[in-house]
Amino acid sequence: MNRTSTAVLADAGGRGDVTESDASLRRFLHGLPGVDKVGADARAAALSTRSIKTTAKAYAIDLAISMIDLTTLEGADTPGKVRTLCAKAVHPDPTDPGVPATAAVCVYNDLVGLAKADLGSSGVKVAAVATAFPSGRASLAVKLTDTRDAVAAGADEIDMVIDRGAFLSGRYLQVLDEIAAIKAACGVAHLKVILETGELATYDNVRRASWLAMLAGADFIKTSTGKVSPAATLPVTLVMLEACRDWRDSTGATVGMKPAGGIRTTKDAMRYLVLVNETVGTDWLTPDLFRLGASSLLNDLLLQRHKLATGRYSGPDYVTVD
Amino acid sequence: MSDRLDVRKTYKLYVGGKFPRSESGRSYEVTDHKGGFLANAAQASRKDARDAVVAARAAFAGWSGATAYNRGQVLYRVAEVMEGRRAQFTADVAAVEGLTARRADDVVSAAIDRWVWYAGWADKLAQVLGSSNPVAGPFFNFSTPEPTGVVAAVAPQDSSLLGLVSVVAAIIVSGNTVVVLTSFERPVPAISLSEVLATSDVPGGVVNVLTGSTSEVAPWLASHMDVNALDLAGVDDDALRTSLEVAAADNVKRVRRADTSDWSADPGLSRVRAFVETKTVWHPIGA
Repeated sequence: MNRTSTAVLADAGGRGDVTESDASLRRFLHGLPGVDKVGADARAAALSTRSIKTTAKAYAIDLAISMIDLTTLEGADTPGKVRTLCAKAVHPDPTDPGVPATAAVCVYNDLVGLAKADLGSSGVKVAAVATAFPSGRASLAVKLTDTRDAVAAGADEIDMVIDRGAFLSGRYLQVLDEIAAIKAACGVAHLKVILETGELATYDNVRRASWLAMLAGADFIKTSTGKVSPAATLPVTLVMLEACRDWRDSTGATVGMKPAGGIRTTKDAMRYLVLVNETVGTDWLTPDLFRLGASSLLNDLLLQRHKLATGRYSGPDYVTVD
Repeated sequence: MSDRLDVRKTYKLYVGGKFPRSESGRSYEVTDHKGGFLANAAQASRKDARDAVVAARAAFAGWSGATAYNRGQVLYRVAEVMEGRRAQFTADVAAVEGLTARRADDVVSAAIDRWVWYAGWADKLAQVLGSSNPVAGPFFNFSTPEPTGVVAAVAPQDSSLLGLVSVVAAIIVSGNTVVVLTSFERPVPAISLSEVLATSDVPGGVVNVLTGSTSEVAPWLASHMDVNALDLAGVDDDALRTSLEVAAADNVKRVRRADTSDWSADPGLSRVRAFVETKTVWHPIGA
């Protein structure tokens, strides 16, 4: 996964080093084929009608649980709340050891040390949001310090936001350099790049931003901060997954995908899994390449799991209050 | 004049203050007492029952948190709206129960009076069902009735309006919310009642009305872990009743069996008492 933008573009189909200048980068990004909006919406809507039942449903529920980045990103977060979240991430359902742990816990920078200490060797990773989350409006120096801070505190994954202001005004090279600089500051930590698709206005922009992030060395591309509405939607996820697929086709490298925000029910989660399976294939159906950024989703998955296991409907009294 | 086409009505369910079709897409034909076509009613499935419980749970905090005085006003308003649609209810009851217009009118009057009667109880239950208890210590000790939660009810099969009202009003007056499964063969008065509830002041989700087969849907409500009590007023079959009681035992639901078929008699408070919990608090007497 350790690639420089030059190396990547060299094998990206002989396009030359498109990151050489703002002009070449712009030419490359605007040369990407346009997204058929009606087609993307229709494709996502058609795939969301798939019916997943019985054993397939049980498999999908456990898979979805193991892909969750259990998230709390509130100004009012306390150490107690983070500890509760960590306990829940390791044992989502204390009454049933068969339930897999979630993939990661996602918290603000200052709570990383606490979460890391709590999770210990459980295998659940700690993701930190950095780079002046959620607006991304700070100088590069501040963003780098923010990132190094989180890595030093033990974060396994960094969720950064791109500078949407620069992106929308066409300063692509600035965005690219910033992502590359943050990637360098991450060291061994994985980098997830949040595009904040709710602010990008068009699917064409989503495709360009996805490619831009991958050119700059992202390990994951992520839809949203969860602070802007609309957050993750199926068509946007489809466009980004297509970018992941095309990236692998041209470079051979795999980049992960994380929709975040607004995924609340088991049905929603299933629709994303179907979308992944049908767009990039079963290779991506692993927590290493696909994550779901969510908090209330976990409870709904557990309720559905109870229903499958016992044959009767469960209720909110039997899962934790978040 | 006689060549006007009949308006053959197809009704829907009443869940969360809205009128959705059954998730299953099914409906069934309802006949009057002579076997003639009356209407098509939606045939609820287990998933409709699930959605209804979610709606009832969502409505519980607001309804149980409203003042008792306010609940009384809301229930009285239901009686007012019913009074304004008396002719419709009379025709419904006459058609499904095979009563003369005059007898049907008496039944509708009794049903409206039943709402008024329960509405009056809303802010008096605590005085009658609660108490101030003498204790050997410097404490005030009070017991007060609290609503049980979400109640699933199977409405009487024969008394399609008066029986239904007696069951539903007794459950919601104390602050519970209800999912009621109507009489299978006589659902039309219940559907008219849900139209009344939707246009009166009862918040959406406090009363959810499902039409359909008792033996198909009731077991899902009985085993549902988010339902707190079960009113089996319309379950006469012993085998079904036993299986529902067994399913209800899983999360220790309160269960009330069918115990009357004479719905015109003075109801007393027993139906209300069946669906409240007694909360007792100790309060130190200040110096």
